[in-house]
Amino acid sequence: MFRTIRTLTAMVAAAVAGVALSAASALAAEKIVISQWDAYWPPELLANFTKETGIEAEWAVQIDNEDMMGKVTTSGGKGYDVVFASSPFVEALAKLGLIAELDHGKLPNLANLYKEAQDLPYDPGNKHSVPYTWGTTGLCYRSDLVKQEPTSWDDLLKPADDLKGKITMLSTHRWLMAAGLKALGYSVNSTDPAELAAAKDLLIAAKKNLLAYDDTTFYSKLVSAEAVLVHAWDGWCNFGITENAAIKFIIPKEGSDLFVDTMVVTAASEHKDAAHAFINYVLRPDVHASIMAFTLYKVPNEKAMEVLDKSLLTTYPNLAITSDVLFQQEQLRDLGDRQKEFTRVVTEILAAQ
Amino acid sequence: MSAEVLRRVVLLGPGLGWFALFLVIPCGIVFVYSFFERGTYGGIDYIFTVENYARAADPLYLAIFLTSAKLAAITTLAALLIGYPAAYLIATAPKRWQMPLLILVMLPFWSNYLIRSYAWIVVLNREGLVNHGLQALGLIDEPLPLLYNQFAIVVGLLYGYLPFMVLALYSSISRLNPEIAEASADLGASSLRTFLRITLPLTLPGIGAGSVFVFVLSIGNFITPDLLGGGRSLMVGNLIFDQFLSARDWPFGSSLAFILIAVMLLLLVAQAWAVKRAQGAGIHA
Amino acid sequence: MRRITGERRLLAAHLGLVYLFLYGPIAVLVALSFNKSGLPTAWTGFSVEWYGKLLGNEAIHAAVANTLIVAVASTLISTAIGTLLALGLERLRSSALLDALVYVPMIIPDIVLAIALLSFFTALKLTLGLHSIIVSHAVFNIAFVCVVVRTRLKHFDTSIIEASIDLGANEIRTFFRITLPVIFPGVLSGALLAFTLSVDEFIIAYFTAGAGPASTTFPMQIYSMIRFGVTPEINAVATIVLGVSFFLVLLSQRLNREAA
Repeated sequence: MFRTIRTLTAMVAAAVAGVALSAASALAAEKIVISQWDAYWPPELLANFTKETGIEAEWAVQIDNEDMMGKVTTSGGKGYDVVFASSPFVEALAKLGLIAELDHGKLPNLANLYKEAQDLPYDPGNKHSVPYTWGTTGLCYRSDLVKQEPTSWDDLLKPADDLKGKITMLSTHRWLMAAGLKALGYSVNSTDPAELAAAKDLLIAAKKNLLAYDDTTFYSKLVSAEAVLVHAWDGWCNFGITENAAIKFIIPKEGSDLFVDTMVVTAASEHKDAAHAFINYVLRPDVHASIMAFTLYKVPNEKAMEVLDKSLLTTYPNLAITSDVLFQQEQLRDLGDRQKEFTRVVTEILAAQ
Repeated sequence: MSAEVLRRVVLLGPGLGWFALFLVIPCGIVFVYSFFERGTYGGIDYIFTVENYARAADPLYLAIFLTSAKLAAITTLAALLIGYPAAYLIATAPKRWQMPLLILVMLPFWSNYLIRSYAWIVVLNREGLVNHGLQALGLIDEPLPLLYNQFAIVVGLLYGYLPFMVLALYSSISRLNPEIAEASADLGASSLRTFLRITLPLTLPGIGAGSVFVFVLSIGNFITPDLLGGGRSLMVGNLIFDQFLSARDWPFGSSLAFILIAVMLLLLVAQAWAVKRAQGAGIHA
Repeated sequence: MRRITGERRLLAAHLGLVYLFLYGPIAVLVALSFNKSGLPTAWTGFSVEWYGKLLGNEAIHAAVANTLIVAVASTLISTAIGTLLALGLERLRSSALLDALVYVPMIIPDIVLAIALLSFFTALKLTLGLHSIIVSHAVFNIAFVCVVVRTRLKHFDTSIIEASIDLGANEIRTFFRITLPVIFPGVLSGALLAFTLSVDEFIIAYFTAGAGPASTTFPMQIYSMIRFGVTPEINAVATIVLGVSFFLVLLSQRLNREAA
C-alpha cells in the first residue's frame, strides 16, 4: 500500500516537473516562432536557415487568414515572431498595432523585389510587410473531363449539368465572396449592402451544385476526378498539374483578385532582429527561387525570377503570367469597419442550406 | 473549525473549486459575452445588446438548429433500431460470451474519434470502396454522392455512438429477471408479444439513457460534420466553431452556445421526468 | 424450440452485420496503410514505407510527447481531486444540485466547454500552452473519475469505516488502510478512463493550446493531417493509434477481471 503511495507521489512529482519543463523550455535558446500555412515553403527552408544563421525556427501551422487573425488578436501577437498574412490582413494588423514597423536597414535584400512590389497600395513602401508570393485566383479544371473549357465565373457558379456535384469552391471568406462579386461585375472590396446581398444570393444558389467547400485538398480531388472544376489559387492549381498534366488554370474573363501573401513581424516579438534575419534570408534570390520551385506560386522577387529554372515556366503556364496581366486584377484591401457586415453576410452564405 | 467542516472542505473543496473556476466562471463569461457586440476586427465592444439572440432566432440559424436536431434524432433512432437487437443477443448469450462480445462492440469506441470519422472519408467518397463495390456488383452505373452531405454525417455519427447505445441497452437488458419472460411464455404469449409487452417496457430506462446520451452527443458534435459534411452541411457545433475562429464574432457564437445548452438542459430534464414517470407507474424489475 | 433457434440465428446474423459495420472501415484503413500507393483507388503492392515515413516525422513525435505530458498530468490531477470529490459527495449525502453539477462537464458539448475556456483564459490574458490544456482536460476528467469512484463507493459498506474509527484509528489512517484499498479498482478505472479521454481529446485542446508545435497535441496533429494533407501517412498513423487503443482496452479488461 505505502509503496503504491510512494510510487504515486513520484509520478505526481514527475508530472509537475514535466509541466514546469514544458513551460520553461519556451524560454530557452534564441528561437523564433513563425506562423505559416502548410506546404507553403520547402521543407528544408527552416533547417537551412538555422544552419546559416544559428537561429532556431519553429513552425506554427496556420489554417487560413481568419485562423491566423484569431490567434494573433487573442494573444496580442505573443508567442509569434514572424507571421505570414495576406495583404488585406496586413492592413488590419497594422491598424490594430499588432505588427512592427520594419527596419529596412536590416533588410538589404528588399532591393531584389520588383519595383511594383515595393509600393503596393495596402502597404506603400513596405513599412509593415514584405511580399512573399503573389498571384491570382481562378478556375482549375480537368481539360480532359470537361465538355467545354470554362471561361467565366458563371461556369463555376451556374455550372453545366455534367459538372454539377463535381465542383468545389474556396470557403475562406474574402475569396468566397470575391467569386460572387466578380461574377456580378462588382469590386472584390465592395461593402455596398445591395451588392453583397446580390453576391450572397448567387453564392447560396451555387451551393447546391458543389461537391464541397475545400481550401486545401481541392487539387487532389481533381487528380482523383472526384471533382472536375475547382475554385483555386493559381499556385495550388500547379500542385495538381504536377500530378496530372490535363489540369489547366484560367483567370475568368470578368477578372479576379490580386493577392499578395506577405511576411510581417509581430509587435510583441522579443526576437525582432532574428525575425528580420529570417525575412532577409527569404529574399535572397536563390532561396526565394527555391520557394517558388516548391510552392509553384509566383514570387515578387525580380532577382529570384532571373535565377529560376526556366523549364518551370513552360510546365506551369500561370507562373509565366506577366506583371501587367497580374496588375489588371483587383488588389484585395482591408474592409475597415465594414468588416462586421461583410463577415455576417459570409456566415449567412456558409450557414444556408 | 470542526472536524465535519474540515472534512467537507478537504473532500469537496478541490473538486468544486476546480469546477467553479474552470467551468462555472468560463460559462458565465460566455453568457456575458453573448450580450455584447463584436468589435470591428473581432474583439468585443462592451455595448449591451440582445441582437445576438435576435439574430440567432433568424430562420437561417434556426434551420441549422433544426437540422442538427434532425440529424441527431435520425442517428439516435438508427442507433436504437440497430443497437437493441445486438444488445439483446449479447445480454442473453451464455454468460462467458457476454463480456468478449461486448468488448468487441466497445473496442472501436475507445479509439480516436477523428480517425473513426476519417475512415468514412475513405470508404464513402466517389472513388472509394462503397462506390467501387456497388459499381463492380453492377448495382449502379454512376458513383453515388455518399460523402460531404447529411447522409455521410449521419453515418459518421452513428458509427461514433452506436457502441455507446449498445452498452446502455445491454446494461438494462442484462438486469432483467429472465423468469418474467419465462412466465409470460408459459402463459402462452408469443415471443413477439412477450417482447413488446414485457421486455421492451422494462428496458425503457436503458433506452432512455442511451437515447438521450446519443442525441446530446450527436447534436453538439463538431468533428463529424466538419470532416464528412464538406462545409455544405453545417451543424450547430460547426457554426459555433466558425464564429469563434473564422468569423471571430465571439458574442454571436456565445449566444449560439447558450441556446444549445438550454436545449440540452430541457432534454435532460424531460428525460429525467419521463424516467421517473415510467418507474412510478410500477413497472420495474 | 425451433422457432427460438430461428430467431436467435437472425439476431446472430444482425450482430455479425453490426461487427462488420464497426470493423469494416477500420480494416480498410489498416489495409491502406500497407498499400504502396496509399490511395484507396488502386492497390499497387504491399509496403511499409508509410510507417517508415512516420518514424521520421518529427512533428508527430513532438505531438505524441505533448499528448502524453498532458494526459499524465491531467489524469493525476483529476484522479486525486475526483476521488476526494467522490468521497465527499458520497459521505456527506449532498444535494441533488451538486450531483447535477458533477454531470455537467460530462454532458456539455465539448465545443461549448472549449469556447468557454478560451474566453476565460483570454479574458485573464493568460498565455496559452500545454498547461492550459492540462487544466482544461482536468475539468471533465474530474467529473468522470468522480462518477466512476462513486459507483464503486456505493457498494462499499461504510460500517467498516465506523468500526475502524471506533477502534481508535484516525481519519487519514482509516482512509489509507481501509477505504483506499477497497475503492482502488474504481480509482484505477477512473484514472484509465481519464487518461484515455485526454489522449483522444481534440477540440478543447485545439482551442486552449498555445502557439506552435510546442503546444500541439496528437489529435490536433491528426486533424491537421486529415484536413490539410493528402499524405497516406495518415493511414499508418490511424492503424497504430487503433492498435494501441485496442491493446490498452484489452489490457484494462484483463486488469479489471483480476481485480474483481
